[in-house]
Amino acid sequence: MNLLKETSQIVKDNIRDYGMYIALVVIMVTFNVMTNGTFMSSRNISNLLDASGYIAVLAVGMTLVIVIRHIDLSVGYVAGFLGAIAAILLMQQGLSVWLVIPIILVLGIIIGLLNGFLIAQLGIPAFVASLAGMLIFRGALLQVTEGTGTIIVQDDLFNAIGNGYLPAIKYFYNRHVLTLIIGAIGVVLYVVSEMKNRHDKTKYNFDVMSLPIFLIKLVFVSAIIAYITWILAGYNGISWTLVIVLIVTMVYHFISNKTVLGRQIYAVGSNPEAAHLSGINVKKVTYMVMGSMSMLAALSGILYTSRLQSATTTAGMLFELDAIAAAYVGGVSSAGGVGKVTGAIIGAIVMASLTNGMNLLGVGISYQYMIRGGVLAGAVIFDVLTRKRGK
Amino acid sequence: MAKVILEMAQITKTFPGVKALDNVNFQVEAGEIHFLVGENGAGKSTLMKVLSGVYPYGNYEGDIIYEGKVQQFNKIQDSVDVGIAIIYQELALFPDLSVYENIYMGNEVKYKGVINWNQTIVKAKEMLDKVNLKVNPETLIKDLGVGKQQLVEIAKALSKRVKLLILDEPTAALNEDDSENLLELIKALKKQGITCIMISHKLKEVVAIADKATILRDGQTICTLEKKKGEIDERTIIRHMVGREMNQIYPERENKNIGDTILELVNWSAYDTQLGRAVVKDANMHLRRGEIIGIAGLMGAGRTELALSMFGNPKNYKLMGNLALNSKPQTFKHTSDAIKAGMAYVTEDRKGNGLFLLNTITKNVSASKLSGIANNGIINTNEEIKVAEHYKKSLHIKASSIEQLVGKLSGGNQQKVSLGKWLFAGPNILILDEPTRGIDVGAKFEIYSVMNTLIENGMSIIMISSELGEILGMSDRIYVMAEGRITGELNRSEADQENVMALATK
Repeated sequence: MNLLKETSQIVKDNIRDYGMYIALVVIMVTFNVMTNGTFMSSRNISNLLDASGYIAVLAVGMTLVIVIRHIDLSVGYVAGFLGAIAAILLMQQGLSVWLVIPIILVLGIIIGLLNGFLIAQLGIPAFVASLAGMLIFRGALLQVTEGTGTIIVQDDLFNAIGNGYLPAIKYFYNRHVLTLIIGAIGVVLYVVSEMKNRHDKTKYNFDVMSLPIFLIKLVFVSAIIAYITWILAGYNGISWTLVIVLIVTMVYHFISNKTVLGRQIYAVGSNPEAAHLSGINVKKVTYMVMGSMSMLAALSGILYTSRLQSATTTAGMLFELDAIAAAYVGGVSSAGGVGKVTGAIIGAIVMASLTNGMNLLGVGISYQYMIRGGVLAGAVIFDVLTRKRGK
Repeated sequence: MAKVILEMAQITKTFPGVKALDNVNFQVEAGEIHFLVGENGAGKSTLMKVLSGVYPYGNYEGDIIYEGKVQQFNKIQDSVDVGIAIIYQELALFPDLSVYENIYMGNEVKYKGVINWNQTIVKAKEMLDKVNLKVNPETLIKDLGVGKQQLVEIAKALSKRVKLLILDEPTAALNEDDSENLLELIKALKKQGITCIMISHKLKEVVAIADKATILRDGQTICTLEKKKGEIDERTIIRHMVGREMNQIYPERENKNIGDTILELVNWSAYDTQLGRAVVKDANMHLRRGEIIGIAGLMGAGRTELALSMFGNPKNYKLMGNLALNSKPQTFKHTSDAIKAGMAYVTEDRKGNGLFLLNTITKNVSASKLSGIANNGIINTNEEIKVAEHYKKSLHIKASSIEQLVGKLSGGNQQKVSLGKWLFAGPNILILDEPTRGIDVGAKFEIYSVMNTLIENGMSIIMISSELGEILGMSDRIYVMAEGRITGELNRSEADQENVMALATK
């Protein structure tokens, strides 16, 4: 009985954090039942994750942008434009992939710093500055693809980024062994870090959840990691896209939680004046966040071009809105200072699952937009309501 | 005897935890110029808000009797309808609209809902003549100086057939000439039969034009002085303003360890480009090691501006003059430079620009010196927790744990977090801006004790405060500011309530 009470208390206290996980599980289970198991099949889940990669990396950057109370509408066409530049460098200039990727990322950073200049230095509202960027890069994308139309990329190494998988090494009962090993490592790392965390907290006499609940949580999350790797291992295993998304997530998670820069970003977001008075350089933080955003837009452009194996004239259209939606579904708050990188990833998966599930069910595109809009509104309403209660 | 136009009888107004007005009685005769005088927080503005309907009927106790009738104002418009107009220090004009649009805003000259602009302009001209302001009515407000804007406000009030005009510190933002003009205008309006209530900190003005002056202290009416009886002079007013018992007890301290000068300001001025006026003028000041200096003054005297101008200038004032730390001239480009040089500023507005309310005590305490808990930019969480635990213990912060959100703490405990945050930065010079505002007596005493411990350990403190008792009880030396200038410096032994107040109202 006590166990139940504590569980419900924990859920209540952390409803903001847990809300989207609960939503994700509900969505997945519902679609799985309605599609008689097709939704959770190895092939479908694998496709779903790979197809949401280029939005997920944008959502990660967008979360930090929204945390510091700005917005970046230019990311879609920056991704489209830089994706096209990547294709041109590869196909028309004949540069190697190892050269093209860093060039594109650096170009992204430069574009981001220009945005930062407009916003931090000149004080132009981010909405307007990035709207201008959106138009400019839309034009730039058309300009560079005008002569050739769609640029087909014939470079196996580059195309593997969006379509390739980790080598299997071996198959075990038809399962991808390397994927299983990575999954196992993931479970071990998770368990060890949670135990260390708990140990530290006990050392400082902080409240920790009771042992049985803690164990249940460990088993539950481990089971989910194991289940997902098991599913992925049943198809082609872990894709390079997924590897990239995981690395981006881990790096950004680390930066936002464990570094001085991360602390400064959240400080600027929660109270810019207090941050300034605390000696934090608000302009510098703005430059960093905008720079990182456009770098991730460049990465998104690479992922998208590679996945399609071509650069098209319309690449990047509405990416920014998908990324913003994913960030909000993932729990970022428009009031600033609140939002997690991991949340953005979950948000991106939630939105991708909705699209994917509704496609499997044959829901008309008109309804799909309405439902996704409803989910976005619902997520923000949820955020506002839980924040009110918190006060 | 002239007829009484306004009587406020036994007005009591309570805010949660504070009695802002306590049985205030206030009488104004028709056609007089009546000043309301008192320290910060004496209740002047609250009283005027009750009168003008900002606090609706039923929100206070007592009666407002205006033109012989008990009035029940439910909203501001109700008081406007009977001819009461209030002009606040912060002008309520629309900068991007023209003078005539502003004068008739909310009171448009219209026929069946359609505005007649030509007639508006003609009428606006008449109003401008009345206040003796010679500008084209089509000028935009933002192109006028503050003095002229004030006249537009008065013209606006006149357009509504005002009988009782209330001005809240009208000359605070004006220069000498504009102030002079305004006072002349008020005398002229008096001749036209308009009654005027003015709130002012400048006793010279009171002496110059008041028919009567009512003095408020701690939410109570002390007395009403009359010019006819020859009672209005600066000394008498000050005596009544400050005549309070010193009932606050301050911790004992021996100030033996005062050392060399650590901070010096020479001819220091700060010009606020947004307000378009100097907020600090020619300040000369020094601070020695192990010393507490108090900066006294009334609201708007430029004390916070002085502190910010020294502390890395976050408001981007145009600065002139010299700031030296340990005899070395300094120019700070950013607050972070000031922090590196050993300064810290605990703000008067802890919720607004001091704390990160949605963050934990831990993250607030470390925010001013993240480098102190990090190696190569990576935060050492264990170290951070130790720091937070240290300040929670040493400052007696009452919270369930250091993981508690700062927004959920009481005012006193928030102030301690704010203090802890700056102590962790390791300053030599600590600027405390209203360190005990809005906190209870127990927490006040604790903060005073912490201040004493700090200076014993060689820190120097600049304390800005509106509480005279605190200034007199804690400071080794006192600087008094008025209108951006330092109007005087007093030693602990020579300072008392009256001479500090005399300098603050200079």
